[in-house]
Amino acid sequence: MKPGTLLRHRELILVFAIVVLVALIALRFPAFILPRNLIRVFDDTAILAMLALGQMLVILTRCIDLSMAANLALCGMVVAMLNAAFPDIPIPLLIVAGMGLGAALGAANGLLVWKLDMPSIVVTLGTMTIFRGAIFLLAGGQWINAHQMSDSFKALPRNVFLELPVSTWITVAVIGLFALLMGRTPLGRAFYAVGVNPTASVYTGIDVGRTRFFAFTIAGMVSGLAGYLWVARYAVAYVDIAGGFELSIIAACVIGGVSIAGGIGTVAGAVLGALFLGVVNNALPVINVSPFAQMAISGAVIVIAVIFNARNERKRGRIILKKAEAEARA
Amino acid sequence: MNEVPQTPRTIPDRLESPFRSALKSWEALLIVVAVAIFIANSFASPYFLNPWSLSDATFNFTEKAIIALAMAMVIISGEIDLSVASIIALASTAMGFALQFGVDTPTLVAIGLFVGLACGAFNGALVAGFGLPSIVVTIGTMSLFRGISYLVLGDQAFRGYPSDFAWFGQGYVWWVISFELVLFLVLAGLFYVLLHRTNFGRTVFAIGNNPVAAQFSGIRVARIKFMLFLLTGLMSGIAAILLTARLGSTRPSIASGWELEIVTMVVLGGVAILGGSGSIAGVVIAAFIMGLVTFGLGLLNVPGIVMSIFIGLMLITVIALPIVAGKLRQQTSGAK
Amino acid sequence: MRLSSLRIAHFHKAQMTQPCLSLSGVSKSFPGVRALNDIALDLYPGEVTALVGENGAGKSTLVKILTGIYQPDAGEIRIDGTPISLPTALAAFEHGITAIHQETVLFDELSVAENIFLGHAPRTRLGLIDWRKLRAEAQDILSSMGAPISPQTRLKDLSIANKHLVAVARALSIEARIVIMDEPTAALSHKEIEELFVLIDLLKKDGKAILFISHKFDEIFRVADRYTVFRDGEMVGAGLMKETNEADLVRLMVGRSVEHVFPKLDITPGALVLNVSGLSHPTEFEDISFSLRRGEILGFYGLVGAGRTEIMQALFGITRPSAGTVTLDGRPALARDPAHAVDMGIVYVPEERGRQGAVIGLPIFQNISLPSLRTTSRAGFLRLAEELALARKYAGRLDLRAAALDQDVGTLSGGNQQKVVIGKWLATRPRVIILDEPTKGIDIGSKAAVHAFMSELAAEGLSVIMVSSELPEIMGMSDRVIVMREGRMAGEFSRTELDAETLVRAAAGIVEEAA
Repeated sequence: MKPGTLLRHRELILVFAIVVLVALIALRFPAFILPRNLIRVFDDTAILAMLALGQMLVILTRCIDLSMAANLALCGMVVAMLNAAFPDIPIPLLIVAGMGLGAALGAANGLLVWKLDMPSIVVTLGTMTIFRGAIFLLAGGQWINAHQMSDSFKALPRNVFLELPVSTWITVAVIGLFALLMGRTPLGRAFYAVGVNPTASVYTGIDVGRTRFFAFTIAGMVSGLAGYLWVARYAVAYVDIAGGFELSIIAACVIGGVSIAGGIGTVAGAVLGALFLGVVNNALPVINVSPFAQMAISGAVIVIAVIFNARNERKRGRIILKKAEAEARA
Repeated sequence: MNEVPQTPRTIPDRLESPFRSALKSWEALLIVVAVAIFIANSFASPYFLNPWSLSDATFNFTEKAIIALAMAMVIISGEIDLSVASIIALASTAMGFALQFGVDTPTLVAIGLFVGLACGAFNGALVAGFGLPSIVVTIGTMSLFRGISYLVLGDQAFRGYPSDFAWFGQGYVWWVISFELVLFLVLAGLFYVLLHRTNFGRTVFAIGNNPVAAQFSGIRVARIKFMLFLLTGLMSGIAAILLTARLGSTRPSIASGWELEIVTMVVLGGVAILGGSGSIAGVVIAAFIMGLVTFGLGLLNVPGIVMSIFIGLMLITVIALPIVAGKLRQQTSGAK
Repeated sequence: MRLSSLRIAHFHKAQMTQPCLSLSGVSKSFPGVRALNDIALDLYPGEVTALVGENGAGKSTLVKILTGIYQPDAGEIRIDGTPISLPTALAAFEHGITAIHQETVLFDELSVAENIFLGHAPRTRLGLIDWRKLRAEAQDILSSMGAPISPQTRLKDLSIANKHLVAVARALSIEARIVIMDEPTAALSHKEIEELFVLIDLLKKDGKAILFISHKFDEIFRVADRYTVFRDGEMVGAGLMKETNEADLVRLMVGRSVEHVFPKLDITPGALVLNVSGLSHPTEFEDISFSLRRGEILGFYGLVGAGRTEIMQALFGITRPSAGTVTLDGRPALARDPAHAVDMGIVYVPEERGRQGAVIGLPIFQNISLPSLRTTSRAGFLRLAEELALARKYAGRLDLRAAALDQDVGTLSGGNQQKVVIGKWLATRPRVIILDEPTKGIDIGSKAAVHAFMSELAAEGLSVIMVSSELPEIMGMSDRVIVMREGRMAGEFSRTELDAETLVRAAAGIVEEAA
């Protein structure tokens, strides 16, 4: 095996890890692998998976978006309020509105990063608190509860279509669109180019800032979609929904092999990273481990994944170092 | 670029007098802001100027500010530690756990400090030893440390801390001057000396400006970074003692979200988020500003969450303004 | 080698008389340095023009102007007689100008096929990237070049030579009209260089105008049709290769318009200070042995990429050699890390001033005192007065030009930054100072100051190693010169034996009989 083969088969390792995990649980609790339950687990992970895809774009371009969960909460609140106030608005229109709002919020992040060259971590740290505060102002600190939402609003994600819930179908569609974006469009390839080598990207005629702007906008749009799904699924909207979820999103990416240094990451990896966390979270109650162990486990998994990623990237790092020095000899 | 073709042989030590450069500094601006908020607050509420309520106001930021002192140094060195609030949770949980065995107050304090240091050493080893990016490492340990607290406590809480322990978080040294405030001011003084008056502090600035050149200048960069993470760990341990003593209980959700407030405090204090510059004075004033804003808005019955909008806007504006100003200056000079 | 006949059909030999790219009056200055002055250059389709000049002659600046990275202060760039401007890299790309750099700047994590087609990938009717077509076209181009590379390979798994092939393939794929090759052979083996020449022929037949930058005369005479010589940012000669010879080119390249006087003092080298024996590294250098005496200036000459910097960084504890010994005053002195090297008295002024030398962002005096903090401080506490005194002393000795000692070192010109870096090390009172390209990219005045100071230091008993690619500097300043080629020592010359052509020949590996 050539060096780097392992990295390329990162997705296989994850699939293997997930299968082993599921198999171990099934040995003691066969009910876990009933199709119905597996669908439930996937559905449970759906929101995390699509958010991880959005975050992946941003991380690929050497940025980070800490505001995704707050964006999700704000969009979720807005669609919930719209639904409560105007129950007649068709749900698909609400979803589009949520996505539009999310994209606008993401674009705000992107503009600050692009036009002002601000570090993304500061920008999104700021917008994260602003978005949360905005929810409070909008709703006056009130909750939007299940009884205020129309039935169709709550039911849409759970409706079963061809054996699978609609929310699962939406996630599958999102994954498909991301695969298309990353694999088949110049913009998708530009995300990689910018992360692998920003200088060479400039020489190739790619605008680094603009590419980052699109990454943030798309991440925002996904957050908007996830906002609706979250609120409809849990049938409640308030300031703190998805609190702390931004870290789970980053964790899914890191576990999925997305390099925080940019340029490395795949759609399959991010989805599998989310799925891994989803399986762990769903398995804990089944195997009688306190659900409170969730956080410690995901923390440990992140640390291990980071070390693992670094070991894989180390060769790359050395090559780059040598190269950087040789370049400077020019 | 400064064009200085015709300078005399003897180069002056300073471009301008320390007094003049102090006037133009970020810290001076922060002081003006702080005074303005203070005055606005005293107009806004009749309760504000009461010494006891002012004293109460200090409690809501001193613990964060203590961590911010060490965080400032970490950020100046070009790294970040997002796990500080989780270290508080873990240290507090460890103290609560030890309490079940009836240990005395000095032991509780020692446990709090030790857990803080151990967490810092763990972060430091991963960042400095393995050369991993601190932002992901500390996002991971952030879940890990707090996760352990959740694992131990679930939805329970540790209570029943001894009354002499409570003094750390509730006691007063003199009249309205709390122990927390005094400790913060003493630590601020120590950190000022450490960052601005010692070789160690100087190397932190050098590393933050250019880690490669620092290493090429014979500085052991990894060692310094490790020590900086130890410091944030230790300060988080201290904050854990103060906060636990003040609340009188430990829940795993203790101090959640603090890491972001602390980073905001540091950045507001003029520390460059990408490293290389900043001052302890700025961070201290920023801590007071955030305390005053929170307290003032609280007096006006503005909910905490809305204050976070102010803080978020402040964070972005504070960083964006110099950039925008720089761009405008560039444009006008380019037009000539 | 099979040629894609389709590609060549576009080109008609009749067009060759007019230059397709022509520069006139192009100038470019940086603070303190005039990089290019009133340059003229013509490139003809289907021809290779060699750009010859020493390091610092302005070649890199020219490449950056042609690729849209730098904007010229004055002058005109014409393509087919029409004046154009190249405000961005994208504009250069759209005008069909592409550069193959010394170390090919491409995307390590992406596939070969994608590296070739990034930015202009074939699309399906729906506007999506057509990978099948892309891979097929990449395969076509690669096989037309006879390159044994699979389009699916990730770039980082290729050797540097093969990365060059990919860069050439990219140039072919974008229908570039002008291909700039900036020291393309620096990191290649002989066999790989031969293969590159075949490719250059291919590009020529395809009608590309090629700007070929190289220090190696055998290569220039092999591939070039025309030449242009730069010296100190000026064009000093141009013509057809068949009307010139090696000796003339070397003379044009080395001769000085402004006679630079090297203040080298005659010294009698003292006791043995540093001894290096059998120093080797798996990929960078092999079997390096030399000694250095008290008061001696030892020059290291060679082409870019000959392994000189790597050896020096091994002595300074940055890279770890795999074999060999280093002794300082008879004691083992293989540095574990730079801090250890500094403690022993070996200091290094790196070539990359901005990245490795000066701590941009810190004031001048703090840069100077940084490695000496232990002596300027008391019990770990800074003493500003001591630091400023130290800085004042060395700023004075080095004739530093600055407004104040608390000025950010980044606001200084390159030459003054270099003085700060040298001052920083002298303040530690070293035994051996290694200077890597000490006067690269700095103005004439600072150059003279640095040279004068080197002489003074050597006279005071400091041992100096100077890595330089500038012949006059090497010849003017060294007591002894070691010539490096491809990571090995290619010759050692004492001051009396120094002669420009001998050194150039040794560095380029030109055999004596060829002259």
